[in-house]
Amino acid sequence: MSIILDHVNYVYSAGTAYEKHALKDISLKIEDGQFIGIIGHTGSGKSTLIQHLNGLIRATSGAIYYNGEDIYDKGYPLQKLRGKVGLVFQYPEHQLFETTIFKDVCFGPKNQGLSQNEAELKAFEALRAVGLSERLWYQSPFDLSGGQKRRVAIAGVLAMKPEVLILDEPTAGLDPKGRDEILDQVVRMHRELHITVILVSHSMEDVANYVGRLIVMNRGQVMFDGVPREVFAHYQELEAVGLSAPQVTYLMHDLRRRGLSVDESATTLEEAKASILRALQVGSK
Amino acid sequence: MNFIEARRLVHEYIRRDEEGNVESIQTALDHVDLDIEPGKFVAVLGHNGSGKSTFAKHLNVLLTPTEGTLWVDGKDAADEENLWEIRKNAGMVFQNPDNQIIASVVEEDVGFGPENIGVPTPEILKRVDQSLKSVGMSEYRTHSPNKLSGGQKQRVAIAGVMAMEPKCIVLDEPTAMLDPNGRREVLSAVQRLNEEKGVTIILITHYMEEVVDADQVFVMDQGKVVMEGTPREIFSQVETLKQYRLDVPQITLLADELRKAGLAVPKGILTRQELVDVLCRLY
Repeated sequence: MSIILDHVNYVYSAGTAYEKHALKDISLKIEDGQFIGIIGHTGSGKSTLIQHLNGLIRATSGAIYYNGEDIYDKGYPLQKLRGKVGLVFQYPEHQLFETTIFKDVCFGPKNQGLSQNEAELKAFEALRAVGLSERLWYQSPFDLSGGQKRRVAIAGVLAMKPEVLILDEPTAGLDPKGRDEILDQVVRMHRELHITVILVSHSMEDVANYVGRLIVMNRGQVMFDGVPREVFAHYQELEAVGLSAPQVTYLMHDLRRRGLSVDESATTLEEAKASILRALQVGSK
Repeated sequence: MNFIEARRLVHEYIRRDEEGNVESIQTALDHVDLDIEPGKFVAVLGHNGSGKSTFAKHLNVLLTPTEGTLWVDGKDAADEENLWEIRKNAGMVFQNPDNQIIASVVEEDVGFGPENIGVPTPEILKRVDQSLKSVGMSEYRTHSPNKLSGGQKQRVAIAGVMAMEPKCIVLDEPTAMLDPNGRREVLSAVQRLNEEKGVTIILITHYMEEVVDADQVFVMDQGKVVMEGTPREIFSQVETLKQYRLDVPQITLLADELRKAGLAVPKGILTRQELVDVLCRLY
């Protein structure tokens, strides 16, 4: 079970003055059950890339295999693929439209051709999974707070029972607590529903805290691909392309320069704390 | 004199059914008292739904008070006669750059505001020049806004506000949709306007790191101002902030954790440099 991208290229508006080579020769393997972060500055190709994964955009050249099958084969059920690879766009709450939350979440599974009963069952499970209190389910989605609306929108995608869940900046515009709540929920879903999660984010701290594998996009190419601490070790190269490392990583480099023997590759608060305490204990002895 | 003065400011969103009967009342601002001096860089924090944006929208009279009074630059915001004067003096920048840019060329977009209020053409050109320069976007003057990055679009939006020569700019989460580089660009442009042109800045944000250099911070919760002080005073109260669904900068949080672990780290560390200095002294 995996997604494989084999030398994928995508060119926008080919043959016009606006031609843009948005993805250049991308080859990637996304294994089942991974928790992946994608970072990159605006226009680096992140969104174009994720829209390839569920066939919303068709590559100009190259191939994409979902569980071993070429999704560009004649007769490949792209409709089904879109149920299996669920994509939550930026500001998904703008896509809510039904009169009640529950009806809104039923929309996806009903569209997949499920009966009313089956769709309701799926909606029930999805709303449970995103942790939205049951007393809200039959209210209008428009009366909810920003964070709650976003959960409903994510539930709408989850109700289609995806094997892969892609979230494009799920925390944009949320307050710090709302950010943590959504991300913790995503971690829980990853663990309990055994789904692959791909998180597109502009927050270096968030990806450092949550993902196991980090892909950096730049000018339509994969610039780095590895565990966060490896990737953030290249912080100067990241800065050159409009990104950065988590704040604590910079701190560790500063401390090192001042002679403290701390671990420079720390990317999370916990790692930094442990390393600083260790370095100071050793120093004072 | 204060540039902004709010006294027992109340705003209620009232929902009515088809017959006009009141269905529900939501109090978004609940007796807010708040003063902002001219030329200051002020940050407003608060969780989603705490009343920040409702407050911001009062500052240029997109909303009017249900009760209480608000003076902007000495003018009563409830008096319709002051409407245009206040809007000219307190410009607003919103979260999504794509919703704020209307023209197909950068310079036309920046000139739209002054043109709209009948500023003579040579003066408009001068203002467009200066505004674009002040946000570092002069070289994009004749470009299409469509091709710009998020941070560049947001700076064009700020230039559009600057062309109105406001005394104050209110920014409602201007960096929420931007990548790290875009955030840096926008923030440093805003800081420069504050320092060099003396424009009063009111920045609403969910990014605690952006608040570190502010002169003054207000924290809102349930329509009330619940905390007020310098960034250092506010961010030394980690637990209280968490109650209000907020956070502190990552560096401040780390310093706090180290202090709890027994290191002699003072409260309210804000920057990397400060923490490095403290830790090196302990070493």
